[in-house]
Amino acid sequence: MQNRLLSGDMPRSTVLALILGAILLCLAFAPFLFPGVRSVDTAARICIFIVLVASYDLMLGYGGIVSFAHTMFFGIGAYGVALASTHMGRGFDALLVGSASGALVAAALALVIGLFSLRVPAIFFAMITLAVASAVAVPVSQLSNLTGGEDGLTFQTPRALGPAFKFGDELFGVRLNGKLLAYYFVFVGALVLFLLMLRVVNSPFGRVLQAIRENDFRAEAIGYRVVFYRVAATCLSAAIAALAGSLYAVWLRYVGPDTTLSMELMIDILLMVVIGGMGTMYGAVIGATLFVVAQNYLQNLMGAASDAVAAVPVLPELLNADRWLLWLGVLFILSVYFFPTGIVGRLRGARA
Amino acid sequence: MSDPILKLEGVFTDIAQYHILQGVDLDVPRGAVTMLLGRNGVGKTTTLRTIIGHWRARKGRILLDGEDITTTPTPAIARLGVGFVPEDMGIFADLTVEENMILAAVSGPLDPNRLERVFAAFPPLKTFWRAEAGNLSGGQKQMLSIARVMAEERRLYLIDELTKGLAPAIISTMARALRDLKARGASILLVEQNFAVAKALGDHAHVMDDGRVIWSGAMAELAGDADLQERLMGLSVEA
Amino acid sequence: MSAAPQHAPKMAQLSLSDRLGPWMPVLLIPILIVLGFLAIPSTSSWLTLTVSGLAMGMMIFIMASGLTLVFGLMDVINFGHGAFVSVGAFVGISILLMLGHMTEAPSLVLNLLAVLAAVLVAMLATGAMGWAFERVIVKPVYGHHLKQILVTVGGLIVVEQLIIVFWGPEEIYLMRPEALQGAITFAGAALEKYRLVAVGVGLVVFAAMRFVLRRTKIGLIVRAGVENGEMVQALGYRLRLVFVGVFIAGSALAGLGGVMWGLYQEVITAHMGNQAMILIFIVVIIGGLGSVEGCFIGALLVGLMQNYVAFLEPKVALISNIGLMVAILMWRPMGMIPVVKAK
Repeated sequence: MQNRLLSGDMPRSTVLALILGAILLCLAFAPFLFPGVRSVDTAARICIFIVLVASYDLMLGYGGIVSFAHTMFFGIGAYGVALASTHMGRGFDALLVGSASGALVAAALALVIGLFSLRVPAIFFAMITLAVASAVAVPVSQLSNLTGGEDGLTFQTPRALGPAFKFGDELFGVRLNGKLLAYYFVFVGALVLFLLMLRVVNSPFGRVLQAIRENDFRAEAIGYRVVFYRVAATCLSAAIAALAGSLYAVWLRYVGPDTTLSMELMIDILLMVVIGGMGTMYGAVIGATLFVVAQNYLQNLMGAASDAVAAVPVLPELLNADRWLLWLGVLFILSVYFFPTGIVGRLRGARA
Repeated sequence: MSDPILKLEGVFTDIAQYHILQGVDLDVPRGAVTMLLGRNGVGKTTTLRTIIGHWRARKGRILLDGEDITTTPTPAIARLGVGFVPEDMGIFADLTVEENMILAAVSGPLDPNRLERVFAAFPPLKTFWRAEAGNLSGGQKQMLSIARVMAEERRLYLIDELTKGLAPAIISTMARALRDLKARGASILLVEQNFAVAKALGDHAHVMDDGRVIWSGAMAELAGDADLQERLMGLSVEA
Repeated sequence: MSAAPQHAPKMAQLSLSDRLGPWMPVLLIPILIVLGFLAIPSTSSWLTLTVSGLAMGMMIFIMASGLTLVFGLMDVINFGHGAFVSVGAFVGISILLMLGHMTEAPSLVLNLLAVLAAVLVAMLATGAMGWAFERVIVKPVYGHHLKQILVTVGGLIVVEQLIIVFWGPEEIYLMRPEALQGAITFAGAALEKYRLVAVGVGLVVFAAMRFVLRRTKIGLIVRAGVENGEMVQALGYRLRLVFVGVFIAGSALAGLGGVMWGLYQEVITAHMGNQAMILIFIVVIIGGLGSVEGCFIGALLVGLMQNYVAFLEPKVALISNIGLMVAILMWRPMGMIPVVKAK
């Protein structure tokens, strides 16, 4: 059963299995284990980022393709739900239409970029996606009447997912309301998408992708159409990123350029996937969890450390809570050099 | 063959996961033309590239005048006086003929006397002195690649495929240029597919097969023994 | 082998399109300027926009030239190049602010001296930073594009954050020195002095770069190295040293571009290099990675396009440059002046 769910891709390390199990348990019972608006919000973000980062890993870690347009796909999914909910009214039909069309548009756009990039040297891909993603972000923040511009869009999700909806009293001291349902909507959605991706990378399709990453000339020589696999991976990855964006929109009931399209978010994804471990899927789980928790709680710690060294010049500035990205950047460079397989690779290696 | 200018001792070279050279032993005597022969894909080009340092030997030693150059960086090997003509000629197509020649003279400005000799051997280079090398014909490019190693005094010349794909007229121009070099006492290690050229130019020969040298001796001996050629290289001299 | 017939030297005949081919990219610039003239109703606006487009193009060229050569020489793609732009701007502008008494004085000489000092210090700082960046960040990942992209992005994050540590998170506003403020009127169009100066500086840098690449031995080595680095080494030149030199020079130029960009915008932020990178990438891609001439032409096209379109329809300025990139890559997939690679 377990083997089938994970598509035969077991953690292959006791420590890793324990960590993953703990993360799964914590996320599954987050509203009961960590009651409080902020911690549940953190848990929901972790769920969404796991999917987003895993979909990026599908391209980067399995396909060896570096794209800087991933937040664009994420944003398309988020805006899809927001626009559908705004124009169709609150309801699950709007969510369905919004997320489905978001995923389709993202996949179609990925197809266009992918086909176009076939004409040009592979090294251009990363640069082209960077330019395209930045260019797309501009009209989104300027077409105010459609997208809400810089302010973004606030909209209503189905009643059943709102805090006003109550379906019982309390369970273990947790109020049974729509917000709780919304969390489980996000959790189940993320879990299904993640297991789906696990299935994809362990299917024959995923194996060919990895063969291409290792040696594309040889894969081509064996008779695989490298181009087809690369483009297909890009499209699939884009569609799943869009669905993650839809989940994000459902959870926040708001979309804006900063939360879904910014280059900072892109960099965050890159950090999460590399630190967690490229080409492992589970790396996305660990990377996203670590990153979101750090984002929310490490800053307090750094703030305290900064106060402690207030007397020393420069050091307080370096330890300033807002500078945590600096240390993450250093960690990122070090992990590319020394642990190119990230935390997951490290854990698996330690066992072997 | 005492005191060779170049000596390879048990050289092993890998390219990616493939073991290309599997213990090459060979000597290049001073002041003579040594042929490196063998069928396609037996490791002749890899041998030359290992000597100049483009590939690194995993095992074994390479001695230039008794000095171990196995791990010496390529530019330093070149500056020890090893001139290299690669299989693809290595012409800088974006640069003019003149600029190619200026670069070939590593240690200073071009020597006018040498340049005269180059022009005498290869008149087209004078005609197209200021033309982009990329616009030269195949034969003219090969002339330029040989002219580049003639731009300075070298201790050893490594030439990969002197006559590949060239018209007969140009082949004889090349052969003449090489004979001229040899007459001035040059030591040359030459990979050549054209057996007639090998016979005409070579003093010594090494035959390779499967990443090893399987026969070494005088070129005349190999040239005179059709059975031996058949056995070593699977070819009979073109009638 | 019998006596050979005399070999008759002969150049391959070029067809008309082959002859015209190399000039097409250069022709695109006047074509775009004419198109701008047709699209923009007022001649004086068109003139103003053309000058600012050229100025912007020159600055992008100065920032991008190092990146394209670094790629051409060692196949290294540096996503952190924008960091040099930001650092150059911050160092240079800091010097200018320190020399406030010189920049505010109504003396051309004092103004220029202050700017010169700022530029020199900024270039020294970014050059030194380039040296360190090459050693620490780039050198360990030679020959591995994926790691290069990741590590240089990491380097960019770290540098950006360090800028915030030293200069604070707020954007810094500045005034151009007296002599570089204001505009001159020409044929009814207001042409900002600073933009004219930027065009001049860009031309000088381009001319100097061409001189070095065409007329000096080190330039020959660089050009030959872009085409076939292995052969350059087999001739006896230490390509790595040349590469480090080019990396440092390219970083210093990016620093110069940063100062100029900062003076142009009259505001600097830690992210400015990041934003500049988008245009820089478009420029090096359409120019042909590794080609300085292509980079120059590409930068002018992008600068002009950006300014014309921003005037006609501000929202699509950046999109129009993406369109330009797509169109050029459909025409020449390797960029306008593709670099011949031996391998």
